Amino acid sequence: METFENTGNKDTRSGFGAGLLELGRENENVVALCADLTGSLKMNAFEDEFPDRFFQIGIAEANMMGIAAGMTIGGKIPFTGTFANFSTGRVYDQIRQSIAYSGKNVKICASHAGLTLGEDGATHQILEDIGLMKMLPGMVVINPCDYNQTKAATKAIASYEGPVYLRFGRPSVPNFTPVDQKFEIGKAVELSQGRDVTILATGHLVWKALEAAAILAEKGIEAEVINIHTIKPLDNEAILKSVKKTKCVVSAEEHQMNGGLGDSVAQLLARNYPVPQEYVGVNDSFGESGKPHELLDKYGCGTKDIVESAERAIQRK
Amino acid sequence: MADVAQLKRVASQTRRDIVRMVHAQQSGHPGGSLGCADFFVALYHEIMVHDPNNWNMDGVNEDLFFLSNGHISPVWYSTLARSGYFDVKELATFRKIDSRLQGHPTTHEGLPGIRIASGSLGQGLSAAIGAAQTKKMNKDTKNVFVLMGDGELQEGQVWEAAIYAGSKKVDNLIATVDCNNRQIDGDVEEVMSLGNLRAKWEAFGWNVMETNGNDMDQLVGTLKEAQSKTGKVSPIVILMKTEMGQGVDFMMGSHKWHGIAPNDEQLAQALNQLEETMGDY
Repeated sequence: METFENTGNKDTRSGFGAGLLELGRENENVVALCADLTGSLKMNAFEDEFPDRFFQIGIAEANMMGIAAGMTIGGKIPFTGTFANFSTGRVYDQIRQSIAYSGKNVKICASHAGLTLGEDGATHQILEDIGLMKMLPGMVVINPCDYNQTKAATKAIASYEGPVYLRFGRPSVPNFTPVDQKFEIGKAVELSQGRDVTILATGHLVWKALEAAAILAEKGIEAEVINIHTIKPLDNEAILKSVKKTKCVVSAEEHQMNGGLGDSVAQLLARNYPVPQEYVGVNDSFGESGKPHELLDKYGCGTKDIVESAERAIQRK
Repeated sequence: MADVAQLKRVASQTRRDIVRMVHAQQSGHPGGSLGCADFFVALYHEIMVHDPNNWNMDGVNEDLFFLSNGHISPVWYSTLARSGYFDVKELATFRKIDSRLQGHPTTHEGLPGIRIASGSLGQGLSAAIGAAQTKKMNKDTKNVFVLMGDGELQEGQVWEAAIYAGSKKVDNLIATVDCNNRQIDGDVEEVMSLGNLRAKWEAFGWNVMETNGNDMDQLVGTLKEAQSKTGKVSPIVILMKTEMGQGVDFMMGSHKWHGIAPNDEQLAQALNQLEETMGDY
């Protein structure tokens, strides 16, 4: 199988910060709002270069979402920045009414998503955000896999008219996608071809899926790994094409099994092409404090879990 | 000079529209709508610079209005129709299937004049602040108006927004609070008293004004004075005393008519008290 080179570990949130800075230079309508987490979201460079287009909202996320919605009236493209927990669950009704139902062109940018937030523990490790956001009519949900892709996604969503949820994270992880990639919303990226099992991964688990595919290859199993960076709209065509070849599928995400990528895939397959599916994700549980890799392993989101899920899916064919 | 007599005539027709709309579908919120009829008429027919014939979302170089307490949609719909945003005949579709006049205002069905959905309370001030800050970025010197209910001030987000606007000097913003002292479960004073509202807003850095929202002469004067105070660092809030149900005697004096519709007999009684000045829709 094709191998992917890690060009050096980097955090996806820095990809967001870099993309936002470039957007600031390219599009004067791009404005940024932050709820007292400018450093954590890597928005400092934008703030320094564009102080008149950066809005410090303070610790008041509900107000931030409403202000962002209002700022679109008159043509601005607001990017809000805070942790994923405070970007979704805390402000769900504000997003629902003032942004989604109102069809506002707001980009909700969320860092520290999932277990890999690490030591801060379950209060901050939201594992429900993909589900919350994908249920809102018209909301686009994107979870890029590395620094380069997060930067490309940040830039791409500015050109899309409508509300977007962009999810990324805190830890340094392998950076392996092309630096000059064209990010297409809703277009899955096939990373390896295989005939035995399809692995659909999103976010930080894409690299884990590639590691799993390498282990499976040693066992003579060919896995087709697809990077589902956009959970909504889902790339139905790419998924069905692969699954029709492999006849089984594993979904992998740093999220609750309930309501995440896996459920979107299951819905697609149940309606079109039912095959055995295994879920890699958190099984109806809160997280806890620990190192990111320890947490991924403990909560069933590690490389080993993807390997075992693939083997189970193949056995069920 | 404002033609106060003419504004009062428009307000009377607006009140007729409100009770007829709510009666027709046996659903809606007449009490607060009647109480705020004078405010809406003053705003749209006298105070704001706006262009109903060239409605667009961005409203550049126009004054903008946001309704945070979206349940008083009947008064807004009547005002928008009577000032030219859409045909008054469409008022007959209020709360009916396939209507642009949803129970609570929304942009979703494309009704001219509406810039954001409201209904879930406490969100309008934040949106108005955002629109006001965009006006500043765009060097647009017009103002942003927003109306909230007094009961609505029990929502925490209002105070997040109040701190922000005071702290960040959003001085192209004129908020109005409909102080009718009524909410669904009773008087605001009893359900959860807001205490000294003037002192609260002042403490948050706002320029506070007070007016009688059912005295057209005084109301127009206050709104004009508020406009003259924009651009001077502080956001402005008008504490506007109104009577819920104003204009229909049996709807006044209690919170009962917050969200119920008059029956046929009550409609006739109400219409008897409200002069038809512009022709019913």
